[in-house]
Amino acid sequence: MNKPELIQFVKTLAPDCEAKEGKQYAEALVPGESLHDLAGKLKENEESLFDFLVCITGVDYGKELGCIYQLRSTKYSHNLILKVKTSDRENPNFDSLTDLWKSADFLEREVYDLLGIKFNNHPDLRRLFLDNSWGFPLRKDYVDDVNIVTK
Amino acid sequence: MEEPVIAKAINEEEEYVINMGPQHPSTHGVLRLVVSLKGEIVKNVEPHLGYIHRGIEKMCESITYPQIIHLTDRMDYLSAHINNEAVCLAVEKATETEIPDRIKVIRTIMAELTRIQSHQLFWASFGMDLGGLTCFFYGLRDREKVLDIWEETCGSRMLVSYNCPGGLMFDLHPNFQKSVKDFIKYFRKKLPEYDQLLTGNVIFRERTVGIGKLSLEDAISYGITGPTGRASGFSCDVRKHEPYSAYDRVKFNEILFSEGDTFHRYYSRILEMKESMDILEQLIDNIPEGPFAVKMKPIIKLPEGEYYQRVETARGELGVYILSDGNKNPLRVKFRSPNFVNLGVLNHISKNFKIADLVAISGSLDLIIPDIDR
Repeated sequence: MNKPELIQFVKTLAPDCEAKEGKQYAEALVPGESLHDLAGKLKENEESLFDFLVCITGVDYGKELGCIYQLRSTKYSHNLILKVKTSDRENPNFDSLTDLWKSADFLEREVYDLLGIKFNNHPDLRRLFLDNSWGFPLRKDYVDDVNIVTK
Repeated sequence: MEEPVIAKAINEEEEYVINMGPQHPSTHGVLRLVVSLKGEIVKNVEPHLGYIHRGIEKMCESITYPQIIHLTDRMDYLSAHINNEAVCLAVEKATETEIPDRIKVIRTIMAELTRIQSHQLFWASFGMDLGGLTCFFYGLRDREKVLDIWEETCGSRMLVSYNCPGGLMFDLHPNFQKSVKDFIKYFRKKLPEYDQLLTGNVIFRERTVGIGKLSLEDAISYGITGPTGRASGFSCDVRKHEPYSAYDRVKFNEILFSEGDTFHRYYSRILEMKESMDILEQLIDNIPEGPFAVKMKPIIKLPEGEYYQRVETARGELGVYILSDGNKNPLRVKFRSPNFVNLGVLNHISKNFKIADLVAISGSLDLIIPDIDR
């Protein structure tokens, strides 16, 4: 499927998401609660068959925190970007996709470690790189007087 | 400061829990694997990361795009050229810079030299992990030839930083074409030695054939790319699927196997070296004339937006994601490093094999720890 077809397809699966043609890939901004549902449909549906979760990027937009999921189909080789955002900075959480793609296990743990976004139903959500004495370094409001040298 | 996590000697299922690493010769860096053992059988492998976490993604947020290039060298230090190229391509795509053919061809040649020397070092260290010390000397002997070519042209042997946004740092050394041709001639003769020494060895085969099988479905689900994924039949070569630089004008085969065991992960790399030499031979005589760099603005600012670029490193798909707000620093940079994702499968494929097989399996994934930690 090309970009306009993908957008149409995503809109029929989940009417509450905002889909648009990005510069490179088709993008869809999904409400956090319908992420798992939509991702499961996109993976299982014979027409889309997104069987490869390439990457999860956690982003701090300033006011909001979010995740960017890059999906690819190995059969049709089309790509789709799913985005979720939340303005809850105290306890941000999304549904885990570990039951759909096994690669989500490590990728979600990385996002949790560096941005503090929790993933519900993740089997083993622990910090990956840093120990618990650290904050969440990729957040924009992270302050570390000792380890970060500012000019 | 909380107490560090200390693994118990014996866990609930009466399995021995031992640490393999952080300092262990077969992990090729500071990777700590907490292994649960029932007798000699591996029941669970849990990687503990972060021993050389440098926060490269955080650092990228406070430096400019040309400076990021130098950090990418330090991720997968055996694919330094290709890592640089990924960021360069993303920046050039964002600024809509047209790159002349000469630069594209030189970048491709350098990338393939990178792949060859990386696989040479893989072969050398994999042989050594399994007890063949001669491999290490032979592999490093041949790799030295590639490093010499780089030293001549780039001025550095490993962390080259030869690509920069808009082209290359310097032009090629006048000897470059001759040295690459000499190297191909030399290495074509030496590559059969690799097969004689290791591939056909009975002990080596006993230790690798049928060990650590990874099915195609699992390879896709775990997101395994590179030679590791292709050994399981997962066609994931970015050079074929989404050609960048000069890969659209060269002919080469994507090495695919269906077995997915340790031996085929190893053997696909041997065959990839041959393909890389084919690519080099097609390009080395046809380097077009032209400038070696396009003039970019002194301070590169990317237009607001998001940019994705993926390239094929020696270990799999490296993805670069840049989120820009129009300033000279990016808002967020993410590296989808192949080693980090490939490590996720280690527990799955090494279950119910002996602890000695764990060395072979983790060696065949060809992990580079600085790329996992970043």
